[in-house]
Amino acid sequence: MTDLLIIAIPVFPLLAVLLNGLLGSRYSHDVAGRIACSSVGLSFAAALIVFADQLQTGAVREVVAYRWIFGGDLTINLAFLIDPLACIMLLIVTGVGFLIHLYSIGYMHGEEGFTRFFTYMNLFMVSMLLLVMGNNYAVLFIGWEGVGLCSYLLIGYYYDKVSAAKAATKAFVVNRIGDAGFLLAIFLVFYNFGTLDYTQVFAKAGELSPKMATAIALCLLIGAIGKSAQIPLYTWLPDAMEGPTPVSALIHAATMVTAGVYMIARNHAIYDLSPVAMTTVAVVGGSTALFAATIGLVQTDIKRVLAYSTVSQLGYMFLGCGIGAYAAAIFHLMTHAFFKALLFLSAGSVIHALGGEQDIRRMGGLKSKIPWTHALFLIGTLAIAGIFPLAGFWSKDEIMAHAFVHHHYVLYAMAATGALLTSFYMFRLTYLTFYGRSRMDHHTAEHVHESPMIMIGPLVVLAGLSVIGGFPGVPPENGWFQHFLHPSVAAGRAEEHGVSLGLVVSLMGVATLIALAGWGGAHYLYSVRPEAADQLSAKAPAAYTTLLNKYYVDELYDFLIVEPTKQLGLVWDWFDRTIIDGLVRGVGEMTEGGAWLSTWIEKHVIYGTINVIGYANHVAARVWRKLQSGMVHHYAALIVAGLFILVHLIIVWWTTGSVGIVALK
Amino acid sequence: MVPLSAYVAVSAILFATGLIGVLIRRNFIIVLMAVEIMLNAANINLVAFSHYLESMAGQIVALFVIAIAAGEAAVGLAIIIVVFRGKISTNVDEMNLLKW
Repeated sequence: MTDLLIIAIPVFPLLAVLLNGLLGSRYSHDVAGRIACSSVGLSFAAALIVFADQLQTGAVREVVAYRWIFGGDLTINLAFLIDPLACIMLLIVTGVGFLIHLYSIGYMHGEEGFTRFFTYMNLFMVSMLLLVMGNNYAVLFIGWEGVGLCSYLLIGYYYDKVSAAKAATKAFVVNRIGDAGFLLAIFLVFYNFGTLDYTQVFAKAGELSPKMATAIALCLLIGAIGKSAQIPLYTWLPDAMEGPTPVSALIHAATMVTAGVYMIARNHAIYDLSPVAMTTVAVVGGSTALFAATIGLVQTDIKRVLAYSTVSQLGYMFLGCGIGAYAAAIFHLMTHAFFKALLFLSAGSVIHALGGEQDIRRMGGLKSKIPWTHALFLIGTLAIAGIFPLAGFWSKDEIMAHAFVHHHYVLYAMAATGALLTSFYMFRLTYLTFYGRSRMDHHTAEHVHESPMIMIGPLVVLAGLSVIGGFPGVPPENGWFQHFLHPSVAAGRAEEHGVSLGLVVSLMGVATLIALAGWGGAHYLYSVRPEAADQLSAKAPAAYTTLLNKYYVDELYDFLIVEPTKQLGLVWDWFDRTIIDGLVRGVGEMTEGGAWLSTWIEKHVIYGTINVIGYANHVAARVWRKLQSGMVHHYAALIVAGLFILVHLIIVWWTTGSVGIVALK
Repeated sequence: MVPLSAYVAVSAILFATGLIGVLIRRNFIIVLMAVEIMLNAANINLVAFSHYLESMAGQIVALFVIAIAAGEAAVGLAIIIVVFRGKISTNVDEMNLLKW
């Protein structure tokens, strides 16, 4: 029963994809939206039952849905693995996904491609569920590519907008780089273990040589970096904000981008073998967390600030993985899914209210006009900034505390600075959007309206989750969440040594102080003395422009990679046009010449021969037909002549006794 | 007792007469009559050898030949009449339709 239910989880959205994708044009948007939402809702319900079953039995379930590839030593099944980690991911994906689907009905209302949007969204759900449920690398990879494809399709949802199309291509191409690494890792796994099943691979992981473990772990990391937008492949995520806001919330904040974190946590057995890879993960995560946060300080597009914030928060998760705090990383993944989805959707609500305006320089003073959105956005901000006791406080603090306790002081300093900046830019965003005087133009200001219930409802649920989402992980390192996840991410590892309560509390105190400091700074700069921010940026124009232009990383990549690649493309284009096409044309000309020669031979030699034969026959016939005169006595004379010859021969044979006689006798 | 060679000689003379008649005469009817002579030369041969070999088979074949000769004469005369209606002539040289 449960097995069937597990298979049903991805099947529900798949059915919705088929229905909406194939027949969607035959019924109204309302019906399409209901089908899409209810399919995800059913998946969520199924996931809840599976989760309850997992809680009761605690057994790891493996379900083979379909025997896919088998032959020789290779067996790859479309099979699902349900363990605590998969359960948590399932609940996040289907739960948050369901809320975002509901929200999308309101947000996308009246869009021309409404049904297409929901088809892509459901396809995304299918892929994401395959990704988190798969019991082997092949299924993981299918899901991995599937979510990449849906990300591409949804970023380019407004395909007639050039910037959206470019952003979609960029996301796709940058992800390819990561996927290449991921694919190499899969090959290496198969080469070393002869199988792709997690259970078998992890059981035998200890046999790996340290070098091979490092190679696999680093290749996997390349994949994770691409998908989770870490340095150096993070540039696609801010551009991905060209997609509709629910897409940003679902794919580029709550679920898809966390796939890299999930993958590293899933493969912790391999990472644990390689200190080098672990350090790399931690350094990538820590530096991304800090780096992206600095860019987020000065961005003016509400969604881009959130995008850099997402990159930064994903950095925290990588940092957590890199220092071995997998449970904390997944915990942060969960709370981040709640509050970042909340923030994105609230931002969507703001954009909706302003009729498409995304620039925070033209917002301000919205608090009284859209109070619900304001309250919800504020909860999200408090949660991400790490204000006690909201979700972000517990999860972020756990990662930072883990770093401190395990003596990664540099990483701790990076994370702490990042946290300060996070708090600052999030409150900056809140102040610029909702407080102060209005900077909207007259026309927009008149039409500001609160979003409909279908949008506010899911936001309230997400806000609730952002508030209470941290409590399963309390007390830190020893909460229900960590115990539940223990079999998945810490199997075979020594128990954590106890940490004194005093240290934990003081670290929490420091974290709270950091968050409050960021808030205070933002409050001072954007509320108390609004002109101070401009003065500050005027004082350090170089730093400000560098940040505003995102450290010129995009330009650097353009200069170092994109342009040379384009130039190389032009060279190959020239090569193709002149050399290869020349060869092809040469062959063509030769064939044409050959054909002309053949034709000539055919016409003059072969036809000539045939004509000669025919003409010779003709001439011979002209002579020989004289023989047939039509005169009876001519024929008779010939017959008589024949008779004479015959008789003569008989006589000769008879008298000479040659061979003929034998025949006659 | 007339020897066999006398019969064969008569038969040969008759056959040669008929053959020459067929080849050199230009009148339809005479050609037909010459053919009859050749058939009868063959008949003499058949009957003579039949007697000589003391076998009746030759005489039976001779009877068949006479019957066929009668049929041939009837058909031949009929053709001559048809051709004569068209050509108003019984000259064989004017009949050259038996070609291509």
